[in-house]
Amino acid sequence: MSLLNRVFSSGQMWLRVEWGYITEEGHFWVGMDISPAMLDVAVEREVEGDLMLADMGQGVPFRPGTFDGCISISAVQWLCNADKKTHSPPKRLYRFFSTLYTALARGARAVLQLYPENSQQLELITAQAMKAGFTGGMVVDYPNSAKAKKFFLCLFVGTSDVLPKGLGAECSVEETTQAKFTQERTRFRNAKGKSVKKGRDWVLEKKERRRRQGKEVRADTKYTARKRRPHF
Amino acid sequence: MKLLTHNMLTSHVRGVRPGGGFPLRIQATEVKVNNVDFNPEFTARMVPKVEWGALVEAAESLGHRSDLPAEPIPDYESNEDFLRKVHHVLMEVEVVEGVLKCPDTGREFPITKGIPNMLLSEEET
Repeated sequence: MSLLNRVFSSGQMWLRVEWGYITEEGHFWVGMDISPAMLDVAVEREVEGDLMLADMGQGVPFRPGTFDGCISISAVQWLCNADKKTHSPPKRLYRFFSTLYTALARGARAVLQLYPENSQQLELITAQAMKAGFTGGMVVDYPNSAKAKKFFLCLFVGTSDVLPKGLGAECSVEETTQAKFTQERTRFRNAKGKSVKKGRDWVLEKKERRRRQGKEVRADTKYTARKRRPHF
Repeated sequence: MKLLTHNMLTSHVRGVRPGGGFPLRIQATEVKVNNVDFNPEFTARMVPKVEWGALVEAAESLGHRSDLPAEPIPDYESNEDFLRKVHHVLMEVEVVEGVLKCPDTGREFPITKGIPNMLLSEEET
């Protein structure tokens, strides 16, 4: 069973293909939208699932563990707007995500496509989703194209699935423009073939570390890390 | 609205105790029976998921119980006769016009053209 949201606003083609697909695969779905006009369009097209007039910001009114998936197209960013004086975007977002989290079964996934206005909105939305208990994150299709760029918030319930790769991301120019931080972990790379844990530097560092932990450590002398005399 | 959806729907008005607001009482003025293709696997998957008591009660109140047993029978996966009955109640019986009533607060959610209106006012959220 899936929970759809505002699929009606996207193109008719998409609508026919996707709805038909979900129904054909043997799933049942419930769609919710805040606009009665959109729902009327859906009724006219005689869709197979059930429809509901509801505001996502007021929560998703379903029994716990009901749904196996949730799809939303271009809806979540509207929760960032305060249309009324009493609306608080973080609260409405949290209410949506927390009730959605409850309504989804364990192992369920939610994919929410959205058009964020700026990076702060994106941050706010992701932060509220994580606060509600979801794992997952943002997937961006075609990050280098202004037109084809698409944001998907992929959320998991109770599992840590691997996030899918965004389309068109492999040809990104990020690698050439980004500075490389190479110093971090190559301290012992230069010692080819030699054990890193035998040098005087390593021993001194280790002693210093133990000292910082408040342990009893012998003072550093000229004999520190020297080899013992050979025994026969 | 199908009875399957009704079985999942809860009230989310302020003041509902946690885990409450279920099941919503149906006061229907218009009920329709559609023909929906029978899918035995789907129906079998739904049997453990639905709240059986609430389903029977809802079907009873619409007058479409069609001798659904009070408890799901033990070997329901292989019993096509039973699955067909469940399928009829879950998928084919549809409330077109009426009211859903929250059992805790008494708040009424109207159903028009088969679409329940779950919008709340500012004081109720």
